[in-house]
Amino acid sequence: MSAIRPRSAGHPLRRMWGLFLRHYYVSAGSWTRLVEMIYWPTVQVVIWGFITEFLYTNSSFVARAFGVLLAGALLWDILFRGQLGVAVSFLEEIWSRNLAQLFTSPLRPAEYIASLMALSLVRTLLGLAPAAALASAFFGFNVAELGLSLIVFFFNLIVMGWAIAMVVCGLVLRYGLGAENLAWALMFALAPICGIYYPISVLPEWLQAVSAGLPASYVFEGMRAVLVDKTVRFDLMVQAAALNLVYLVLGIGAFVAFFRNARIRGQLVHVGE
Amino acid sequence: MNSPAIAVAGLVKRFDKVTAVDGIDFAVAAGGFTALLGANGAGKTTTIAMILGLIVPTAGTITVLGEDMLEHRYRVLPRINFSSPYVDMPKRLTVRQNLVTYAHLYGVASVAAKIEAVAQALEFTDYLKRTYGTLSSGQRTRVALAKALLNDPEILLLDEPTASLDPDTADWVRGYLLDYQRRTGATILLASHNMSEVERLCREVVILKAGKIVAQGAPGALIDRYGRGTLEEVFLDIARDRRASVAAQ
Repeated sequence: MSAIRPRSAGHPLRRMWGLFLRHYYVSAGSWTRLVEMIYWPTVQVVIWGFITEFLYTNSSFVARAFGVLLAGALLWDILFRGQLGVAVSFLEEIWSRNLAQLFTSPLRPAEYIASLMALSLVRTLLGLAPAAALASAFFGFNVAELGLSLIVFFFNLIVMGWAIAMVVCGLVLRYGLGAENLAWALMFALAPICGIYYPISVLPEWLQAVSAGLPASYVFEGMRAVLVDKTVRFDLMVQAAALNLVYLVLGIGAFVAFFRNARIRGQLVHVGE
Repeated sequence: MNSPAIAVAGLVKRFDKVTAVDGIDFAVAAGGFTALLGANGAGKTTTIAMILGLIVPTAGTITVLGEDMLEHRYRVLPRINFSSPYVDMPKRLTVRQNLVTYAHLYGVASVAAKIEAVAQALEFTDYLKRTYGTLSSGQRTRVALAKALLNDPEILLLDEPTASLDPDTADWVRGYLLDYQRRTGATILLASHNMSEVERLCREVVILKAGKIVAQGAPGALIDRYGRGTLEEVFLDIARDRRASVAAQ
């Protein structure tokens, strides 16, 4: 090796690619992780596929719109996998005591967040594609029946998942691995109130008010409008997108604030121990 | 006179009611090899973490390569690197995959060639394909050092680089660092408990106790000042508050 020459930081995309590669290597090198990625969405589709077949002849609601439960299951997984994709990638760094190495490299927090989101997008698509194919092949429900709305639903749900994941990551930075279960638990707390499988109107009034604050509630209502009423509710999509903007700003803001606080408290050095 | 590579002034770090670093001032000359010495909890790791920007100081300034680290750390981070036994790398990745990741993070130009070069220099080409988690402590130390050298750092911060290594591997690492520093002219700041290591490697020593600098100077000068035969004896005098009057001189 020769004498030192001063170096530039390199391009942000290069650093993001480096982090992307790190997680690609972990997933590609482990068949159990690849299976896990598609296992849960597939199990969900199988369960809701059979429930749909049963209810098709026993429920007027399902009879009016065959795929409404399967679509709910698939869309819920976008939200859940989107959140988990970010949160677990972050937890991986803590489990491997790699966080301090990353943040003493030229990688900036904004690049780190963008990388986690890109990873989550890829993981969610990879996990859901086989489940969607299964729903079509075995239960006769093609998620493409949602039309172009599907794209809007997808991004609204994954962005909400990212925003919540940012808060979870921040809480893990602040409270350590004791908070890691939030990565799984928080989303399940939201599931009953965002109307995945039933209209929001069945909730008690006070819970409907809570539900109105969740972007996912508007997506699932919009999904039922497409499948049951055969109408595209642009108003619901706009409301979901507007709420998501607020969620994303708050989520990223919370992560940045927790990150700053972690630097003040010295937790980047010791988190995970 | 050249400006120092690292200059720390009035540096304080308090964690709630605990003062980990208590108003320290020191400078590391460009191309220098300096040690931070001190017992556990003396403030060595906290000081290095503040220089790297991992911890925000309560008070004081840190200037690295002429830049204010608190304001412009991202101008400096591509030009420095570090290694510590308190951090790790993903264990499921191979050694090469870990180094590829960090080469991209540091914007290394020719990734494959650089990895081959550091692996050859640190003598671990035979386990580039092995997963990091299967390596011994000594092998991991070499890989961690390779990661720290990927960007040809102008400053290398090493936190106990030979902790938990067997004497043979530790000696090899010391020899490598000394040779690397001579070849490249890099500035090295090393935190250590190991007095013989510091005597062998460093031209300047900063001894910390309870977050304060209690002695500073060349190893030989400190040994003379305390009237002792080795740096370890000096360290024990300081650690046990013997000859306190000497430190004040």
